[in-house]
Amino acid sequence: MPAKLILSMDGEVLKDYVLSKERTTIGRKPHNDIVIDNLAVSSEHAAIITILNDSFLEDLDSTNGLAVNGTTVKKHFLQQNDVIEIGKYKLKYLNENAAPAPSADFEKTMILSRPVKPVAPVVPPSYESAEATGRFSPSNIAPEQAPVQPVATSLQPRAAVQILNGPNAGRELELIKSLTTLGKPGVQVAVLARRPHGFFMTHVEGAKFPLVNGESIGEQPRQLKDHDIIELAGVKMEFYFKS
Amino acid sequence: MNKQNALEMVSQTHSGKVRSHNEDSVALDAANGLAVLADGMGGYNAGEVASGIAVSVVLTEIKYRLQTEKPEAKDPFSGEDVGVVLLRDNVEKANSSIFHAAQSQPQYAGMGTTIVAALFYDNQLAVVHVGDSRLYRLRGEVFEAITRDHSLLQEQIDSGIISKEDARTSRNKNLVTRAVGIDAEVQPEVHVYEAQVGDVYLLCSDGLNDMVADEIIGETLQMLKANLPLAATQLIELANDHGGRDNVSVILIKINGKFSAPRPWLSKIFAWFKS
Repeated sequence: MPAKLILSMDGEVLKDYVLSKERTTIGRKPHNDIVIDNLAVSSEHAAIITILNDSFLEDLDSTNGLAVNGTTVKKHFLQQNDVIEIGKYKLKYLNENAAPAPSADFEKTMILSRPVKPVAPVVPPSYESAEATGRFSPSNIAPEQAPVQPVATSLQPRAAVQILNGPNAGRELELIKSLTTLGKPGVQVAVLARRPHGFFMTHVEGAKFPLVNGESIGEQPRQLKDHDIIELAGVKMEFYFKS
Repeated sequence: MNKQNALEMVSQTHSGKVRSHNEDSVALDAANGLAVLADGMGGYNAGEVASGIAVSVVLTEIKYRLQTEKPEAKDPFSGEDVGVVLLRDNVEKANSSIFHAAQSQPQYAGMGTTIVAALFYDNQLAVVHVGDSRLYRLRGEVFEAITRDHSLLQEQIDSGIISKEDARTSRNKNLVTRAVGIDAEVQPEVHVYEAQVGDVYLLCSDGLNDMVADEIIGETLQMLKANLPLAATQLIELANDHGGRDNVSVILIKINGKFSAPRPWLSKIFAWFKS
């Protein structure tokens, strides 16, 4: 399903356009793909480059500029439901492919059978140099989506270890990161992994294995329970969940 | 130090949490310092067949040729290292094997695979890759990708139309512009890098780097490099904990010592004594 743009003014829908071309132009003059006959609109105001499922908006040095979701932009990677403002006109970007597809096939690596056309020449050179480093105002950077979901959600209980003996007795270390190492490198090290279904301790290096409640854990990961006592490189620690 | 003692190598592969079968293939040849990883694509089991052919052709052919040739020697025709020529030639050989299998058997039509392979010799490594399987290096505090994907997204990043930050949200993630076995010809990319004692190299399929951010992969390696098998297990668990939508494979190689090739003048003296 190609992406669509819905043109409206003062809340009234005027027309919709399908982004079926690689380059769609917006402007006042009749040769544009999307014609907006209004003096506030430059003759060639903006262009949208569509490559497969992604669309990029760029300002073609228009007199009055472009805004997306209220912020002035020169160049913008369009996201689902973005609203492009040109004078009093609004264009809403809808892309049904935007929601991460639930099917596994979406993630499959595919081959582009025909060579991809070089994409650089479609960008006007004058502006390419100015924008080569990709300036985006922070508000336009899309919130991080699907690929890197945090392992830990707010539903997952928080946990910490507290040192029970030695010079650092009483110190607490909250287990925030997905991995936390404990011990002395070269002597004895164990890692605490925070996973969706709990916290696991595994031996990393050293001749001796860590003890949990006085018992050696061997080489296998050991799931930690509330108030387990860990012994590692001569240091005793207590693991507990924080409420 | 001989190569087998200087290099520590481990590999692990997993079908992930969504896919029913594993289309990735991995193989190691510790004696020759060779690691190969491929991520196959194509219907039914064709993806496994393609990646399987690629890995076995590259591994067995190079193993065979290294019985009589030295990877650090110069190739008389191109002037390049023999190691570089071996990697390039055998990826091309794998390409024609897969292409012909796909042509002759309809159930394999259109199958293909990405590949990344590294050959360690004389304190350096030669790396070949096609597609979006990657080689990363951890050196000191710096963790970075050494290969550049042959993918639409990488081309878009290079031409400046999309920033690296935006690339994470792109929906064109899984489109590769080069693959092994799709056409009669393939263009493998080969480079040689210096290897240092303490370096850790990671070869992985996109099932890892699509699921887990580079910073987290780097942090994991930094923490667990003392125990490579555990590091490999942990990386696979991370990919699965972050969704596990694809097969995930990793090969880890740690440089524990220098692995210099015997110097030519020394071998000349030995040869002179022998005669």
